[in-house]
Amino acid sequence: MHVVVCIKQVPDTTEVRIDPKTNTLVRAGVPSIMNPYDIHAVEEAVRIKEQVGGKVTVITMGPPAAVQVLKEAVSLGADETVLVTDRVFAASDTFATSYVLASTIQKIAGSEPVDLIFAGKQAIDGDTAQTGPGIAQRMNLPLLTYVEKVRSIDVENKKIVVERRLEGSKQIVESTLPALLTVEKEINDVRYATLPNLIKAATHNPKAWDHTVIEADRTKVGLKGSPTRVGRSFVQQLTNEPGEIIEGTPQEAVVSLVDKLFAEGHLVADR
Amino acid sequence: MSMESHRGVWIFLEQNHGEMAPVSWELAGAGRRIADKLDTELAGVLLGDNVEDLAKQAFAYGFDKVYLVEDGALKDYRNIPYTKAVSMLVEKYKPEIFLLGATTMGRDLAGAVATEVQTGLTADCTELEVEEDTRLLHAVRPTFGGKLMATIICDVLRPQMATVRPRVMAAPEQQEGRTGEIIREALPMKEEDIVVKVLGYIQENVKTANLDEAEIIVAGGKGIGEAKNFKLVEDLAEVLGGTVAASRAAVDAGWIGHEYQVGQTGVTVRPKIYIAIGISGAIQHLVGMQTSEVIIAINKDPEAPIFKTATYGIVGDLQEIVPALTEELRKRLAGESTTEGVEVASN
Repeated sequence: MHVVVCIKQVPDTTEVRIDPKTNTLVRAGVPSIMNPYDIHAVEEAVRIKEQVGGKVTVITMGPPAAVQVLKEAVSLGADETVLVTDRVFAASDTFATSYVLASTIQKIAGSEPVDLIFAGKQAIDGDTAQTGPGIAQRMNLPLLTYVEKVRSIDVENKKIVVERRLEGSKQIVESTLPALLTVEKEINDVRYATLPNLIKAATHNPKAWDHTVIEADRTKVGLKGSPTRVGRSFVQQLTNEPGEIIEGTPQEAVVSLVDKLFAEGHLVADR
Repeated sequence: MSMESHRGVWIFLEQNHGEMAPVSWELAGAGRRIADKLDTELAGVLLGDNVEDLAKQAFAYGFDKVYLVEDGALKDYRNIPYTKAVSMLVEKYKPEIFLLGATTMGRDLAGAVATEVQTGLTADCTELEVEEDTRLLHAVRPTFGGKLMATIICDVLRPQMATVRPRVMAAPEQQEGRTGEIIREALPMKEEDIVVKVLGYIQENVKTANLDEAEIIVAGGKGIGEAKNFKLVEDLAEVLGGTVAASRAAVDAGWIGHEYQVGQTGVTVRPKIYIAIGISGAIQHLVGMQTSEVIIAINKDPEAPIFKTATYGIVGDLQEIVPALTEELRKRLAGESTTEGVEVASN
């Protein structure tokens, strides 16, 4: 079983701050990390390899510095990695990015058929959850998003059964392989990197492919290939007027609050 | 692309086994406003098995037309037949704007359809505006974990597609007796061509109730201090018949699951009553609950930003205030008068 995992290097958004004077994003000094959902995608791919045999190839589109997350993927058990990097990819939106990644996977599949593709459910910098569906559609593959559990894989008959997260329930679905899965964090607990894998990662050298290697059309990538544009950015302001602070001892304040809630009809007694 | 050939505002009418997702009706209000501004029609896209009755409801919510595809293969949502049918409709009838709810189904479908019909898609929007002269949709969405809002446009391709987060817009009033036109199309594929099969569903216990539909929410934040104190939040929620929720800080601390998270990276809620306990009120949290009808904040820090958005605030120790509030509500909701002899408001 050959599993390809699409990952992304993202700024750690919990560390991103807004400059209160300029209302702009302060990215300086913010660490770059592997998108947290993608770590679970890599882990699941490695578990499947351990279970049924095969190989895990991890790919990312990004600047040269993104080799760091590919090395991290190797420390988690990935076998091969590809950095798809080219200046012409800069400013790609999800439509163009899915084209680049689909072209990359087609290229990989040209030398070694791909049975399963994983991605995180979304990346924490953009939170769009669109690149996975875009890749599946371009490759004409069944798409299984928000996967919380891989129930079974039937290598011989090329079938997979998964549980997908919906609002308030989970859907159990069966699909043929190859298929593309996007995963939730609940799918697994990421294990610690083993010493041999850490050593392997330290010396690992990802392949670097540009648009010519993946045979991508220059007009379909970057700004030119992106149908969406970012206009104005701003920090959200609140619309509410500040309300009333209720004074008094805790007991007085509580009684006064409950009085107001009843008097204004927000609460009604049970009789 | 000749953009003049694309007219009409479309909304995906998301139904699940005959039950409409509330976000579809929420979008009706914004869709109607945009369609009127552009002097065009508002149409719904409805897929399923035996769902025509929902089309009639759509007219009451302000739709002029409903494109209806009914087929046994559309009974359960699956990406393949839904993408096929919706893409067929888009290519045949050419809408100018196409909006879907940012639900698991809406986001799954929108990403595939936008790729298939080759147009731009903006995810998880919280505001929509349209420019009359250019007819451009300005879709506003949070990025970087909600720290920054960005306006996205799709200037040269049509339709302009966006998914919109549930509960950020209010559903319009229904207009009884309003009618419209149903346009039927057949699903352009057969069940045997669909390689994905639904084997079943796992319903979740009531405790993980849908936050985005709760009428009363009691949320705990970092100020709760430790996992066991979440009991105070739960007790208060129980007495009110409400749902428990949390801020990101409480979720990150591991006191409660992320499905309970309210805010920019969690769920957007607009309950009748929202009680924030030990939540300081980071902007990412506030934008997820600020449209609640009544907001009550309990926090020991009088400078906490949550008080700027709360209808009522109590400054003090939550360990004292919350149990007192729970007890007072228990009595009053049962119709008893308070210990201090205050009369219960009559209904």
